[in-house]
Amino acid sequence: MEYVSPEGLRLDGRRPMEMRQIRAEIGAVAKADGSAVFEMGNTKVIAAVYGPREVQHRSQQMSDQALVRCEYSMANFSTGDRMRKPKGDRRSTEISLVIRQTMEACILTHLMPRSQIDIFVQVLQADGGTRSACINAATLALADAGIPLRDLVTSCSAGYLNSTPLLDLNYVEDSAGGPDVTVGFLPKLDKVTLLQVQNLLNCVILGRFSALVVGKMDSKLPIDTFENVMQLAIEGCKAIANYIREILLENTKQLEYRRGL
Amino acid sequence: MGQKRRPRKKIMEIFSQMPNVEAVGRYLAGKEGFRFGVFESRQGFLLYPYSLAERFHRHIEMREIQLSLNKTQKIRLHRALEKLEFLSSKVNSDASVTIADSIPVNYEDGVLKGHGTLEFNGEMVATVCGVVERVNKLVYVRALRAKYKPEVGDIVVGRVCEVTQKRWRLDINYSQDAVLMLSSMNLPDGIQRRRTALDELNMRSIFKEDDVICAEVRGFQHDGLHLQARSQKYGKLERGQMLTVPPYLVKRRKQHFHHLEQYGVDLIFGCNGFIWVGEHVEARDDMVEDQGNKPDWQNVKSNINYMSLEEQERTYTPIETRQNICRIANGIRVLSILGFNITIEVVLETVNLSSSLNLDIHEMLGSEFCVLVAEGEAERRSLSKKK
Repeated sequence: MEYVSPEGLRLDGRRPMEMRQIRAEIGAVAKADGSAVFEMGNTKVIAAVYGPREVQHRSQQMSDQALVRCEYSMANFSTGDRMRKPKGDRRSTEISLVIRQTMEACILTHLMPRSQIDIFVQVLQADGGTRSACINAATLALADAGIPLRDLVTSCSAGYLNSTPLLDLNYVEDSAGGPDVTVGFLPKLDKVTLLQVQNLLNCVILGRFSALVVGKMDSKLPIDTFENVMQLAIEGCKAIANYIREILLENTKQLEYRRGL
Repeated sequence: MGQKRRPRKKIMEIFSQMPNVEAVGRYLAGKEGFRFGVFESRQGFLLYPYSLAERFHRHIEMREIQLSLNKTQKIRLHRALEKLEFLSSKVNSDASVTIADSIPVNYEDGVLKGHGTLEFNGEMVATVCGVVERVNKLVYVRALRAKYKPEVGDIVVGRVCEVTQKRWRLDINYSQDAVLMLSSMNLPDGIQRRRTALDELNMRSIFKEDDVICAEVRGFQHDGLHLQARSQKYGKLERGQMLTVPPYLVKRRKQHFHHLEQYGVDLIFGCNGFIWVGEHVEARDDMVEDQGNKPDWQNVKSNINYMSLEEQERTYTPIETRQNICRIANGIRVLSILGFNITIEVVLETVNLSSSLNLDIHEMLGSEFCVLVAEGEAERRSLSKKK
């Protein structure tokens, strides 16, 4: 199938290096300590953060740091055909774990000992790149909750189809079976915290990153192309970080001037 | 990428929502370097700063999700909020930071890193969204919208979540539950003495689960945050409502207990963002003593249907007082929705506004009143600025 037309346009009319339209909104859940909605094109995700609060199970309490928990789920209505079991399957358990590890790495947990932070993310519309959207939404929600973070972690995916590197894959491109990477990135520290590679043969590069790899490795990808694809994803992360920062600054200013003196 | 096309669409949306706009005129913001939008109305045409228009739209998007405003209300709310922004922008401009923004500091003077900051590659970086504060050498970021951070001496309102050995555990909107020891509160009989095992068994007759309590922060001990209630003004709160507002809206002041005589209502602003509005209680000690003298207190409570006449008398709240409680509570709710500072003056002003407009209590949570409160606040702040 042709994913990039001779004119250089993708199926949804984007250029290969173009991201989908992103939109973020803070304060979507009234009762949560922090919450956000994040959209990347037709992918729409809602995140809510509760905490830091008292640990529910005393045995899990840690006297030197906070416990971070994360739950990822997809709404029944998020996909084309209605889902029977929106959570608890292997895929959502894995994504919960990935999000938890990514967020835990950037939360300053040692500042909130003996407490727990709960992150709930739910996919409202799925059109590819749900895990990136979830990480972005979770970052926004954590920032809204006033939880101290090392850096704003953002995430974006990139793939390689029709011998072209493509940024921010949608569902059709994602399910084409080509190699793709999902990158979690800390823009200030200039570090990659998450790297998920799917359908890729070469994983020699792994030594360079504190990486986590899943997926089957069958399609071939030369190492320099991989570097390109990954660089593209990192660029996407940077663009998202700029947008998130803008939204947060706007929100902070608003809260401040509304409160007055 | 993607975002570039956004503003034009948004601003067009805003313009098309404006009243008196006969034709939405040419809009030139798409051109590079042009910073104004143009729209024509019956009266003429108007230039609109680009950034302003975009900010306009976001106002509505973010916090007023629960409010359904019509077009005129939206614009009035905008205007009021614009005014507030204008008023505060002169005081501290550019003090707001987000996560990972670097904070400019002068290292030669020597700086102390405070809360919400981190050293990274020789520069100071914020770890929370908030406002940079500088006190002599200390530089810290004051986070907005964060959990409550207790300070010794704070007056807090909390809810009992557990009764355990010699102590109550209270939810006070902090990252851990607070502890109120049996020994750090006055006993109902008012005598200073050692707490006996019997006292420990009777702890539930003083406070039980889900009771709302007012207390003072005593300090941090090895096992967490401790509270004390060593005065008659602290203790159980009854016959009223507890409201939850973001803690940053309640400022620490000299006076947190207020008795509003004209309404017959007590108002307690807990520093933790829990606000108590309840019927005024004269001389709390009498009431508490009452409980202590009754050995069968629990029995009375358990079969509530067979309350004695005097019991009913004691717990009766006149309808006017109840209405006043609701009115004040709704006033506070409106202020918290709008994100305005909650002080006794502003609350009273809001309540007076609602009664002068002859609004019903339930109408106070409607969008119209919200807009009116915002306008009133803008007016109030601009007046106090002039003085």
